[in-house]
Amino acid sequence: MIRSSIFLCCSLVSSLLFAQALPPYNPVTAERLLNPEESNWLMYRGSYDSHGFSNLNQINTDNVDGLVPIWSFSTGLREGHQAPPIVNDGYMYVTTPQNHILAINARTGDLIWRYVRYLPDDLQQFHPTNRGVALYGDRVYMATVDSFLVSLDALTGELIWEVAVEDYYNGYYMTMAPLIADGKVMVGVSGGELGIRGFIAAYDVMSGEEVWKTYTIPAPGESGSESWPGDTWQTGGVPVWLTGSYDPELNLAYWGTGNGGPWMGDTRPGDNLYSSSVIALDVTTGELKNHHQYHWNDSWDWDEVSAPILIDFERGGRSINGMVHAGRNGYLWYLEREADAINFVEANPYVYQDVFTSIDPVTGRPEYDMTKKPGTGYEASFCPSLWGGKDWPPAAFDPESRLMFIPANDNVCSTMVGEEIQYSPGRSYMGRGTSENGGFFVRPGTDHIGELQAWNVDTGERAWTTTFESQNWGPVLATAGDLVFMGGTNDRYFRAFDSRTGEILWKQRTNSGITGVPVTYTLDGKQYVAVQSGWGVDAQREQNLLNMAKGESHYVPQGGVIWVFALPD
Amino acid sequence: MSKNTDNDSSHNGKGRVAKPISRRAVFKMGLATGIAVPMSALGQPPNRLRPQPGDQLVFEEGPNQDALVRPELLELEKRPLSALARDPATQVLRDGSRLNRIMIMRIDPELMSARYQANVAEGVIAYSAVCTHTGCDVTNWDEGQLRMACPCHESQFDIYDGAKVVGGPAPRPLAMLPLEVVDGIVLVAGGFRGRVGFTQQF
Repeated sequence: MIRSSIFLCCSLVSSLLFAQALPPYNPVTAERLLNPEESNWLMYRGSYDSHGFSNLNQINTDNVDGLVPIWSFSTGLREGHQAPPIVNDGYMYVTTPQNHILAINARTGDLIWRYVRYLPDDLQQFHPTNRGVALYGDRVYMATVDSFLVSLDALTGELIWEVAVEDYYNGYYMTMAPLIADGKVMVGVSGGELGIRGFIAAYDVMSGEEVWKTYTIPAPGESGSESWPGDTWQTGGVPVWLTGSYDPELNLAYWGTGNGGPWMGDTRPGDNLYSSSVIALDVTTGELKNHHQYHWNDSWDWDEVSAPILIDFERGGRSINGMVHAGRNGYLWYLEREADAINFVEANPYVYQDVFTSIDPVTGRPEYDMTKKPGTGYEASFCPSLWGGKDWPPAAFDPESRLMFIPANDNVCSTMVGEEIQYSPGRSYMGRGTSENGGFFVRPGTDHIGELQAWNVDTGERAWTTTFESQNWGPVLATAGDLVFMGGTNDRYFRAFDSRTGEILWKQRTNSGITGVPVTYTLDGKQYVAVQSGWGVDAQREQNLLNMAKGESHYVPQGGVIWVFALPD
Repeated sequence: MSKNTDNDSSHNGKGRVAKPISRRAVFKMGLATGIAVPMSALGQPPNRLRPQPGDQLVFEEGPNQDALVRPELLELEKRPLSALARDPATQVLRDGSRLNRIMIMRIDPELMSARYQANVAEGVIAYSAVCTHTGCDVTNWDEGQLRMACPCHESQFDIYDGAKVVGGPAPRPLAMLPLEVVDGIVLVAGGFRGRVGFTQQF
């Protein structure tokens, strides 16, 4: 408690010192979230459609090579710094591993306040990270790794309320940025490795009272429950750990769901709805209105938690209200969204994938090469690896060029074998046995792993690919300056690409590897780009396995720093 | 009392209350920075206490689940098994905190580093099951290299060197629990050597 008192003291001092430099806080309204101004970055992907795109073009292909750091800020923490700096008229909010929130004067880089969450000693963190705040009114919201949702005063950092979303002791935790719409703040839960039953819950954005809670695994008697044998539905995983997309016209939020648990599909024979799917929830009621399952009865740890990007695209002379998802299963999925249905349109591999033998042209249901499907006591190798063609780092879409940019990993594969496992609350419930070299290998004869791919969504054709020897864990930002920004590689670079060609036009080496979501905004009419550098979590884990597979000892330093870039005046 | 009864911000065993708290209530609790309230270390129920000297050990898994741990029930250098301490007088199982979880196994005592020899009882050793990196259960086993391993982030620990970190991001060894054998039964000989679990950064 002494530590907290000191900390409170210091936070207040910071606030007093820099208060004069701050403009009045501009409350975030529902209207602003529906039509976010290009001068700010108000939510995880910038807009409800998850495009990760900005109309700003002051920084463009002609001048990006002049980009320089303006200020930086060390978070003092290790592990995965994945959150986007959320910016609202001069106020910047950044979350870190261990659930700190830094409120920073975006003009000066000065700390306004810092929220520190004291985590329980007996907490286990499979994924020590956080992916950002949500803003509404004069408040800041964060989902915590000990499974709380907290609401803070945006100006002071004072806690207004907190609610326990679930019990961390039973394996529930949260890393996503909340989604705010229709007067509700929505979160999903992680814990697919720990025998949870996944769900998404909505809370009144002002009071914190729970409004609805929708499980991702149906209970007996509910539609889809026949796809889970016995009691497996109670501990079947299917987490939701990335922010959903939202279609305000349909009032539907689209969420990606994780794989079933334990990891081996033969422990839960059936399709296991709604695992590895996109589900559409009515934001007012939480009702699950429709879904599409990307693949059934997962045995590969292929979470499909990335929310689909809401993109209207052309196919066969028809304009489709669609959505596009670069699957962890290595396929690029085109779907049609309607009020009462999600229709399959098309799916094709975007990385080497050796599991699917066919895709039903009507339903999109894949068939498998069963020799590639691990099981209990049956070891199998498969590509892409358990981290998939694309893991959590979000793709982006440029509506002008019609290109979707995918941070991909190719040529890495996994070997897995299942072992029997007994459920115990809060304990590992993966049921994965031990395989040689950590069950990870690089395809012989290949020369790279990481890729940045560009796909034309109207033709379904790949426009270009830029490759990296390193794995790629870089979230993507696209701008109207015909630029794509991305880090993600183990050489610590943050790069700007020509979005029309994939050519690297600028790069800056940073303190650590970048797995943070980049953003862009303006202050007093001048454009900035901000990103966190701070390697950790699965990027580091893959590095450990690559070192083992290659007999190398490549080292990526850890420690988080917020970087802000701009063109010189 | 063992040395490690100060981990008092852990789960209270009753679940957590899912009610919003008001701004007024927060101030009354002195929580303006939004910090979760640590439980008092005083008056902990006995099942939450760390393993105490004299406690027996009980298998949590394997062919002898629920049986008392005896050296002959463990095979040399085979996969470590999860176990819990039990108060022999009250039969209270110390299952009230996941920080109490330990992994036990049989080793060749002559190969153990000298500084840890005193913690070995007829070849049986016990390490905290909680990884020092981010608190995951260290349940994986590399039989080829005789290393305990964490399934979360690949940290590896040398069983013959006090669980020294030999791979991955863990910052320090797993805590070791000293053992003794009395009348053929493995007992706890002292509190954990080293801090149990992860240390939050600030």
